[in-house]
Amino acid sequence: MAKIDLSGAIEMATCSDPGKVRTNNEDSVLANPQLGLAVLADGMGGYNAGEVASSMATAVLGCELEHAFGLQPPHQVREDGKTWARAALMDRVAKTNAAIHHAASNNAQYAGMGTTLVMAQFFDNRMAVAHIGDSRLYRLRDGALFQVTRDHSLLQEQLDSGLITPEQARFSQNKNLVTRAMGVDADVDTELAEHVVLPGDVYLLCSDGLNDMVEDDEIALTLSSLSANLPLCAQQLVDMANDNGGRDNISVILVKIKQPFPAPGMTSGWKERVQSWFS
Amino acid sequence: MAKLILSMDNLVLKEIPLNKERTTLGRKASNDIQIDNLAISGEHAVIVTILNDSFLEDLNSTNGTCVNGQQIKKHFLQNNDVIELGKYRLKYVNEAPAQASQADFEKTMVLRPDMMRKAAEHAGGKSAEAVEAGHAPMMPAVDLAPPIGAAVPKPAPVPEAAPVIPLGAIQVLNGSNAGKTLELVKSLTTLGKPGVQVAVIARRPHGYFLTHVEGAKFPSVNGEAIDTQAHELKDHDVIELAGVKMEFFFKL
Repeated sequence: MAKIDLSGAIEMATCSDPGKVRTNNEDSVLANPQLGLAVLADGMGGYNAGEVASSMATAVLGCELEHAFGLQPPHQVREDGKTWARAALMDRVAKTNAAIHHAASNNAQYAGMGTTLVMAQFFDNRMAVAHIGDSRLYRLRDGALFQVTRDHSLLQEQLDSGLITPEQARFSQNKNLVTRAMGVDADVDTELAEHVVLPGDVYLLCSDGLNDMVEDDEIALTLSSLSANLPLCAQQLVDMANDNGGRDNISVILVKIKQPFPAPGMTSGWKERVQSWFS
Repeated sequence: MAKLILSMDNLVLKEIPLNKERTTLGRKASNDIQIDNLAISGEHAVIVTILNDSFLEDLNSTNGTCVNGQQIKKHFLQNNDVIELGKYRLKYVNEAPAQASQADFEKTMVLRPDMMRKAAEHAGGKSAEAVEAGHAPMMPAVDLAPPIGAAVPKPAPVPEAAPVIPLGAIQVLNGSNAGKTLELVKSLTTLGKPGVQVAVIARRPHGYFLTHVEGAKFPSVNGEAIDTQAHELKDHDVIELAGVKMEFFFKL
């Protein structure tokens, strides 16, 4: 099988910064534009354990998925009707979770470590998104910013149940309490979804150090103003979070879709034809 | 931990720590906070505390519950809120944790799923009741056991001080738009033609910065091309970009 190379269609940029208050950076990012993979993790746990958990998450997933998509292309549909991308993400996230949990259980200094996860695998004009915890994926399309993932946090549950309003949520003292994380249990509940991707879309994966410090409309303005220069755009987002106090580690991965990237051999497939009828 | 300070006629009667998930207020002896006064209903109100946040709910009392002079049904308590029940006042105090642990505020913590589940189960009956009574369903209660990697959750974000620098603006010096002025109100203002040459002026707390975004040619300031780094703009700097000259200045 020919090696996947999406770097002509997809551009990525990353930026990770400890912020203005903390001395260490427990966030970890991985961007592999050839494979079409972006992974961001925000670690937690004492001493350096948070860094260990988040870097294990990005490194293990980066390596495992490169291997998985060497075996079978991500768009391949399996017997159960799921794409291999979906199945591989689910399986490799579970494996990585077990590895972090194992390390945490067998090393006293890593006890209780964990990490959030948000990742996107781009393939065949789509993306598979897996997330756990409160790291987010946003999409900018036609100038409008949309939050693709929904946090697994106490605050989000309080919002969903109507206990507090979005305005009140800004003053909540219960931010940063996630209801799901990788590495804290032997099993993990991964949220997985597939989304259609269009040329011109800009995706932002970020840790809460960005979205807690920078309002959504400022994020939207930055993405739409600076998408022509992705590294500058990533740096600008981090600068804005720091200018507003930089109270937590700040990490961003930006993904810009420059061209359609249909799966090989499916250039004029039924999907495109169906899409063209509706467009 | 949050607490209530009970007073009457400006005389402090007692302090009540909000260390329970549900703290009830009323005239009957079964309440956590008993106020033996005829203006108070038997079961007047309840305060639900979830970790560091507290919510006050009036339990359809006869005389109602006021917070800071406003009648409320349900209220998300903020530091220094004053709850009025007849002649009694309850001040809600939820001070930010001590400075020493500042760095810990942002630490993300996990509420273990089993904790959530357990809590949801034992709150199950309660929320069903609430729905029947026409209330918004309550959040499943959360055990107050310290979460993993326990640290003090942060206080509400402190609003940043307004930038001390004056508002900046640019005035076009040549071409068809000569004389036009643009105030740099937004955090980012892009200049130029997309696909040809674009630069951005970022408004930051300590100044305005010009940065090259795209195009083979870089913008110049006072006749000198800038490099890839952000360039801080000074009063009356002249920016040249794609043949257009603009003067940057601070508005007084």
